[in-house]
Amino acid sequence: MMENLLNKRIKSISPSGIRKFFDIANQMENVISLGVGEPDFRTPWHVRAAAVQSIEQKGTSYTANAGLLELRKAISRYLEDRFQLEYNPENQILVTVGASEAVDLALRAIVEEGDEILIPEPTYVSYLPSVVLAGGVAVPVPTYESRSFRLTAEDLEKHITPRTKAIVMCYPNNPTGAVMELSDLKAIGEVLKEHDIFVISDEIYSELVYGITHTSIASLPGMAERTLVINGFSKSFAMTGWRLGYAAGPVELLQAMTKIHQYAIMCAPTMSQYAGLEALENGLSHVKTMVAEYNQRRRVMVDGFRQMGLSCFEPQGAFYVFPRISDLGLSSDEFCTQLLQEERVAVVPGIAFGASGEGFIRCSYAYSLDSIREALRRIDRFVTHRRRVSSNAAN
Amino acid sequence: MRIEILQILERDSRLTPAEIGVMLAIPQEEVEAELEQLREENVILGYHTLVDWEKTSREFVTAQIEVKVTPQRDFGFDQIAQRIAQFPEVQSVFLYSGDFDLSVIVEGKTIKDIAAFVSDKLAVMDSVESCKTHFILKKYKQNGFLFEGNEADERPAILL
Repeated sequence: MMENLLNKRIKSISPSGIRKFFDIANQMENVISLGVGEPDFRTPWHVRAAAVQSIEQKGTSYTANAGLLELRKAISRYLEDRFQLEYNPENQILVTVGASEAVDLALRAIVEEGDEILIPEPTYVSYLPSVVLAGGVAVPVPTYESRSFRLTAEDLEKHITPRTKAIVMCYPNNPTGAVMELSDLKAIGEVLKEHDIFVISDEIYSELVYGITHTSIASLPGMAERTLVINGFSKSFAMTGWRLGYAAGPVELLQAMTKIHQYAIMCAPTMSQYAGLEALENGLSHVKTMVAEYNQRRRVMVDGFRQMGLSCFEPQGAFYVFPRISDLGLSSDEFCTQLLQEERVAVVPGIAFGASGEGFIRCSYAYSLDSIREALRRIDRFVTHRRRVSSNAAN
Repeated sequence: MRIEILQILERDSRLTPAEIGVMLAIPQEEVEAELEQLREENVILGYHTLVDWEKTSREFVTAQIEVKVTPQRDFGFDQIAQRIAQFPEVQSVFLYSGDFDLSVIVEGKTIKDIAAFVSDKLAVMDSVESCKTHFILKKYKQNGFLFEGNEADERPAILL
């Protein structure tokens, strides 16, 4: 029965080969983890209070499908102030259940059977399955440590075919922490325009940048009409559990996405929307404080891995470092499994983020400095031990 | 840089100059020189540990005393405040705006100790007009740290 019940698309999405490692890691006790992709900070107190107040005093019914107009107006102002992006809150902004929903809606709205969608790799894990579920073909575009994991025009161009319809890109990047600066974006923007490729730009980490300012590709001349900007509250305001994100872009696309959203979801949770409004109106100072602290931890992490003699490019965004472990003679899965067993430290194998992530591990610094230091000490001990074992074997 | 160093140390005074240097991307020597300077200027007065004494067997009481004083010609509140601060049982002295002038935090083994301090030492000082003693019953938060109710990290070990 089940064999005929499930469609071929869902059946084609195989469970990740490193699922076993995740299960072991999540069941083991007393683990020091650098393995989580969500902030350790709590949602700012005034934001929580606003949500409670909204439950007590404001509506608990549906909002408009596209989200509270007040919230869309605040998002519109925010995008303009922070990233020089102009969107009409009436018809160019959609409030979604997390940025993830926005990615899914966008793909479902634009992908025709067999369309190719480019995905720079290493990549966050949800884009590829979302493309497949929408009937498309996901085409990974590898990025390299030697280029600071930035997407180059050259590598982009190599993967474009007549069937290429869009690119899903995420900068600042999970898992590498890479960013794309203005000059990088200009270079790929030209290629995308030339080949008439649409951009789904997941900018969920846009507030978490260090020593640079975030540039949205949509702010480049001629790009707004071919870009959907996706953002949300999870990372910038430490609001993962609220499930609140948004998309902003060309009117026609937003209308189509709103259509799907209204049939599938109705609207994002009302209390979360009120919380989001409070975050945008009064919460930006918290973002600054969190960024300053992430930045200090980022430096401790990069320094820690370099002290171990591992190659670790300096990420300028998100809250991950992506050191290279390939010279230790282990695959990333083996490295992480052994590290977990021997030192009880959980980090994520680079292979989880696609073939070009092999040879690397993702370590999050959304942890207290004490945890980070203890984890680094243990990883150092593991790496030292590992080197001794392999040099003995060589002799 | 000065402010950043101080903010880091105020939260965790155990950190070494090398560790602070990494956190702020400045050489260890520069941090050391700055710390030296800060101690010399008495910007850094000491390094202390925040203790939740309730969890220990030590018995003691703490009181906050609101003191009204007559300011003195040429010295204002400074002289009297500094004299009160000299008592070893006094933990802190702050000058306030509003209904009273000085807030004096005093620690003693028993309520009797505090009462004796107020009646024998504080209230009898020249220019002290009145004292209002409030005993501290429970501490919830001090210097930015919660005593209880810290939410545990319930995130799983791995989450992409």
